[in-house]
Amino acid sequence: MPNSVLWAVDLFGRVYTLSTAGQYWELCKDAHLEFKRVSATTQCCWGIACDNQVYVYVCASDVPIRRREEAYENQRWNPVGGFCEKLLLSDRWLWSDVSGLQHRPLDGVALPSPHWEWESDWYVDENFGGEPTEKGGWTYAIDFPATYTRDKKWNSCVRRRKWIRYRRYKSRDIWAKIPSKDDPKELPDPFNDLSVGGWEIMEEPVGRLSVWAVSLQGRVWYREDVSHSNPEGSSWSLLDTPGEVVQVSCGPHDLLWATLWEGQALVREGINRSNPKGSSWSIVEPPGSENGIMHVSVGVSVVWAITKDRKVWFRRGVNSHNPCGTSWIEMVGEMTMVNVGMNDQVWGIGCEDRAVYFRQGVTPSELSGKTWKAIVVARECDRSHSGSSSSLLSAGCFFGDEVRGSGESAPSDTDASLEIERPGPGQPLPAEPLDDSRNPTGSSASGPGADRTTEDTMEDARPAKGSREAGLDAHSGQDSTLSELPWTSIDLKEPKKVPSHLAAGFSETTSLSSLGVLPLGLEEPYGADDHPLWAWVSGGGCAVEACAVPRWFTVQAGLSPSVQTLSLSITPAQTAAWRKQIFQQLTERTKRELENFRHYEQAVEQSVWVKTGALQWWCDWKPHKWVDVRVALEQFTGHDGARDSILFIYYVVHEEKKYIHLFLNEVTALVPVLNESKHSFALYTPERTRQRWPVRLAAATEQDMNDWLALLSLSCCESRKVQGRPSPQAIWSVTCKGDIFVSEPSLDLEAHEQPLPCDQMFWRQMGGHLRVVEANSRGVVWGLGYDHTAWVYTGGYGGGCFQGLASSTSNIYTQSDVKCVHIYENQRWNPVTGYTSRGLPTDRYMWSDASGLQECTKAGTKPPSLQWAWVSDWFVDFSVPGGTDQEGWQYASDFPASYHGSKTMKDFVRRRCWARKCKLVTSGPWLEVAPIALRDVSIIPESPTAEGSGHSIALWAVSDKGDVLCRLGVSELNPAGSSWLHVGTDQPFMSISIGACYQVWAVARDGSAFYRGSVYPSQPAGDCWYHIPPPLRQRLKQVSVGQTSVYALDENGNLWYRQGITPSYPQGSSWEHVSNNVCRVSVGPLDQVWVIASKVQGSHSLSRGTVCHRTGVQPHEPKGQGWDYGIGGGWDHISVRANATRAPRSSSQEQEPSVPPEAYGPICC
Amino acid sequence: MTDDKDVLRDVWFGRIPTCFTLYQDEITEREAEPYYLLLPRVSYLTLVTDKVKKHFQKVMRQEDISEIWFEYEGTPLKWHYPIGLLFDLLASSSALPWNITVHFKSFPEKDLLHCPSKDAIEAHFMSCMKEADALKHKSQVINEMQKKDHKQLWMGLQNDRFDQFWAINRKLMEYPAEENGFRYIPFRIYQTTTERPFIQKLFRPVAADGQLHTLGDLLKEVCPSAVAPEDGEKKNQVMIHGIEPMLETPLQWLSEHLSYPDNFLHISIIPQPTD
Repeated sequence: MPNSVLWAVDLFGRVYTLSTAGQYWELCKDAHLEFKRVSATTQCCWGIACDNQVYVYVCASDVPIRRREEAYENQRWNPVGGFCEKLLLSDRWLWSDVSGLQHRPLDGVALPSPHWEWESDWYVDENFGGEPTEKGGWTYAIDFPATYTRDKKWNSCVRRRKWIRYRRYKSRDIWAKIPSKDDPKELPDPFNDLSVGGWEIMEEPVGRLSVWAVSLQGRVWYREDVSHSNPEGSSWSLLDTPGEVVQVSCGPHDLLWATLWEGQALVREGINRSNPKGSSWSIVEPPGSENGIMHVSVGVSVVWAITKDRKVWFRRGVNSHNPCGTSWIEMVGEMTMVNVGMNDQVWGIGCEDRAVYFRQGVTPSELSGKTWKAIVVARECDRSHSGSSSSLLSAGCFFGDEVRGSGESAPSDTDASLEIERPGPGQPLPAEPLDDSRNPTGSSASGPGADRTTEDTMEDARPAKGSREAGLDAHSGQDSTLSELPWTSIDLKEPKKVPSHLAAGFSETTSLSSLGVLPLGLEEPYGADDHPLWAWVSGGGCAVEACAVPRWFTVQAGLSPSVQTLSLSITPAQTAAWRKQIFQQLTERTKRELENFRHYEQAVEQSVWVKTGALQWWCDWKPHKWVDVRVALEQFTGHDGARDSILFIYYVVHEEKKYIHLFLNEVTALVPVLNESKHSFALYTPERTRQRWPVRLAAATEQDMNDWLALLSLSCCESRKVQGRPSPQAIWSVTCKGDIFVSEPSLDLEAHEQPLPCDQMFWRQMGGHLRVVEANSRGVVWGLGYDHTAWVYTGGYGGGCFQGLASSTSNIYTQSDVKCVHIYENQRWNPVTGYTSRGLPTDRYMWSDASGLQECTKAGTKPPSLQWAWVSDWFVDFSVPGGTDQEGWQYASDFPASYHGSKTMKDFVRRRCWARKCKLVTSGPWLEVAPIALRDVSIIPESPTAEGSGHSIALWAVSDKGDVLCRLGVSELNPAGSSWLHVGTDQPFMSISIGACYQVWAVARDGSAFYRGSVYPSQPAGDCWYHIPPPLRQRLKQVSVGQTSVYALDENGNLWYRQGITPSYPQGSSWEHVSNNVCRVSVGPLDQVWVIASKVQGSHSLSRGTVCHRTGVQPHEPKGQGWDYGIGGGWDHISVRANATRAPRSSSQEQEPSVPPEAYGPICC
Repeated sequence: MTDDKDVLRDVWFGRIPTCFTLYQDEITEREAEPYYLLLPRVSYLTLVTDKVKKHFQKVMRQEDISEIWFEYEGTPLKWHYPIGLLFDLLASSSALPWNITVHFKSFPEKDLLHCPSKDAIEAHFMSCMKEADALKHKSQVINEMQKKDHKQLWMGLQNDRFDQFWAINRKLMEYPAEENGFRYIPFRIYQTTTERPFIQKLFRPVAADGQLHTLGDLLKEVCPSAVAPEDGEKKNQVMIHGIEPMLETPLQWLSEHLSYPDNFLHISIIPQPTD
């Protein structure tokens, strides 16, 4: 589970974060500002500081936020000077934007705010749609505007070229002030409340957010164009509201609620992809007329509210179609605020104790949850205090606090006017009677008692005027019986519990001597046993799931939690002594008691052990169906102590009893085949692999299947003497179900003459769920999940369905993955009613899979197997190839045809894709490499001759956003590495591969390849990209580089070999076609080529996704000759990049000129 | 050896080379040759000595044969203690092979239980297992098992089949993720120096403050005499399966890895041999 954080503000305006993996509130890295509001997402946090200005805190990351600026230089040909800067009067600007309409001189392009910096100077783009242009980057056309080409023709009258410059957002991990334009009319007045959400409304642009704010005058503002690459947004726009708004809450999707002064709630209607601001307001009445709503918070499909009497309410029946919901339900507890975070989880701040509460038991089926549970973890500063105050004191810690503490409070004691300069702390006044509150005299302090109910609300005070502040101080001073006073008053008020601070806060006559005690007085109350007091909490960036709640609630008194976590983390080292001793003594014992007595007879003779059971078998004859069978596994021990086992399958055909049997030492793979109805698995032998027809068995329950799988797998491994951690040379592969398989390469696998047929390779399963796995021969293995999470292999084995003996005791961790299930809604046009869900009788199902052959309704579609659970509702997927219209429809003339995103006259059918997320939780030897999600990863294949240790292992990756990254600090001991180094590119990338001699090749989104120059151990990121056009009319999608060979794969399944690579010209000269029917390629350190073939025909059936080995690959024939077919039927990915096991030289090989491999290698390391 | 799983295997496949000699007073028709055998440490004497019985019966008259029993240096060997425990407790300091005397006469009624058949061993073994699970999981795991699982455990022990036994036994070694161990650790502490057969008390694997209890904690609590004072000379050996784990070893780990098949930690406290 990704490590995410909960944000909160304490009564003093200090911002803290609590990590889901953590045990302490950590003070925000940038603590120089005090805040009254924060609203967090996973990527950033927005807040309103005490100066009533809006700030955004963008979390630091190894990947920079970069934005490309473009400008076009336009020229026209004239007969005298050729192409020149003299344009016609009717022409566009000499320097323009892409349309030519906007004047855009290079020096006129300015940074949008002080939070940006230029990455480099302007340069000319020489990549034109994947094809390199001639030097200078000019593209030619007949006239403006027209189609541009790379080549200058006789009729090319105009030309233009693109200039590029990148700017980088630099204000990360600090609170960056959102610049307010100095337009007096449009300048928003001071802000009062703010809410961030809307990240689920659309995928593009990446990280798009809806940021809503409320000003002190009750107006609602929307921040335009906020996204990952534009974290500040561009401008505020004002929305009309039917009344004065005090607070706003924006959910992750299309819900937006606000509260009015009068106590009703406002609901925004019509928020959708095309209109994230929504179109109109509806009003929802509060639960009771006497107590209006003072605070709301919304999630994806929930609304929680607090009324002025602090009661907590849950809104029933809220969803996208009915954002107003139906009715209020009162919940237990009294809160000052609530906040709905990710997954509709709810956080609140208790009315009495000011503790942060978590709503326990919130699940998709029970959105209102069960109980409130207080988060009891302490702050980091408390920990140090409780540790050893005396030593800290002597270390000067208190002294440090003294400076800060007295600096803050001392002047305010003596100089009340300072409050005027610091309007911030004065803002959230106790809410006053509505009419009075518009009265800036502050006389409301003596308001009628009937209005007391509103006094404690979190609603904020009216305009911050200096004159008002004085009144406030008086107010808070005289009305000290208020149960609580927000903000400045808190600074004064809270210390009531702390006499010394009280004195410091209240008494204007406090002598300087009190300052002397102040530091201790300030800090001591917040020691270990005094819990922090909170003002605001935001869970928008905190991924907590009902099933896996962080350990925030179970902390025991004193130091024990920290001791516990500490001891857990150092367990391996600490226990090494006793564990080592046990291992050692056992070995000694065996030696002592057995060594001289091996000739003694064994007391118990080894016997045959049989496990029997009832399974179902997918019978070999037609019509194929599941038949009930009895199954027996006979295990026996040979004279040499080796085990062997036979699996018997007894079946009845035509009332005749028959059986088939399998020797488990011949089984090459055991593959679980889970689907929604059957718990089945397939057994492969070399023969069955060739037939493409495994033995398929199904068990009645998942437990039963896992028992059989574990036992059979153990028996297979035992008979092949394979156990424990895979060797560093192991070959890894992944099936389309995300199951991970690993095979130990035999010596003759890469032999030049008669290599081991790859259908004889034995594959065993590792726990976990991955889409991609990449390895290198020093034991570094990385995996990528379907949700693009990066994982590093821990050295364990087992996990998943392999429990007990088949699994290592350590290094197994929980792993989760998320993927989408897609179904299609199909409609046909008819002249009367337009598009309807009534098709022709011959048509496909109106709800179907992508092929249209299977009916897939929203209600009837289940997660892929019982391991998966839905984690979202159905939503329209707009990111399908071909594009969609605003509602997600794609049009075509008929089913099935090619679909396009807009309706034309010839279109009679349309479809749209619905997606639903599901999640799997399993376990395996994998640890997450947070926080950057990856699309591709490649680890340097160590050349067989290379001296291993010494330098770190080169690892390159492409992030899910297309950024190219280089991992630093990867080694055998630290396979996860330490940090990412970002490598700038001009476009998003898709695939990357690093060869044994540091040749880095990559494929960009436009389908062309790039070579990275000058990558060395001392210069791990290289210096620049060389553009390499793809094969003619093909778009590349993957590249793999071995020792010297470079192979690439295009979108149509063609495999290409890069010809002409030499040490002096590492980019090579041309692409040469090798094969079609390929969907994945992996080139290893011996330049061996392995692929996943799309389709392979066997004697019994056809298998998709088959592991194939290129035969006849020789140094002088790097393209090889043919294919050897291995395990198949749903294989998606293979990595042979760890296998540097060279076959022992046979006699025939020695006759060849014995040239060291480097001599063939055009590139010298 | 790097994985804890290997410990299970080593424990299971522990063997004691043994020399069986017929008691001198037993009447034989011809001289009885000693019989040499590798005894599994985790099994029971009467379960694995069929060959011994047959060997000596060959040289004896039918009428002189009654129930077989074993003795080491004058001490009758309790068949219901695991073999490894008997060896550690009584003979660990003596030279190998272990010399056991075989008797067919004068059964020591007050020292030994009768063992009429293998069913008696099975009943004893299963009752130990149930008692252990009562301590570990309030009997929940063992009660949820099917009859065939119980049978598989017993057959696994009887046939010395590690996989067969552990395929089921691992379930008895699990505990809820939210806790740090079993409810109580099933253990028995044996001393040769006392009359009391063994010490058995309720003892949790985790202290109230969340710290894992160690072997040392257990001994200090239930058998303080076994632990040497801080600076004192080591007087006793604390032995399980012929090895002396460090007192810092967490008890929970010991219970999971060094328990006998009956799921008990059988700990022997024996006087430090004086060289």
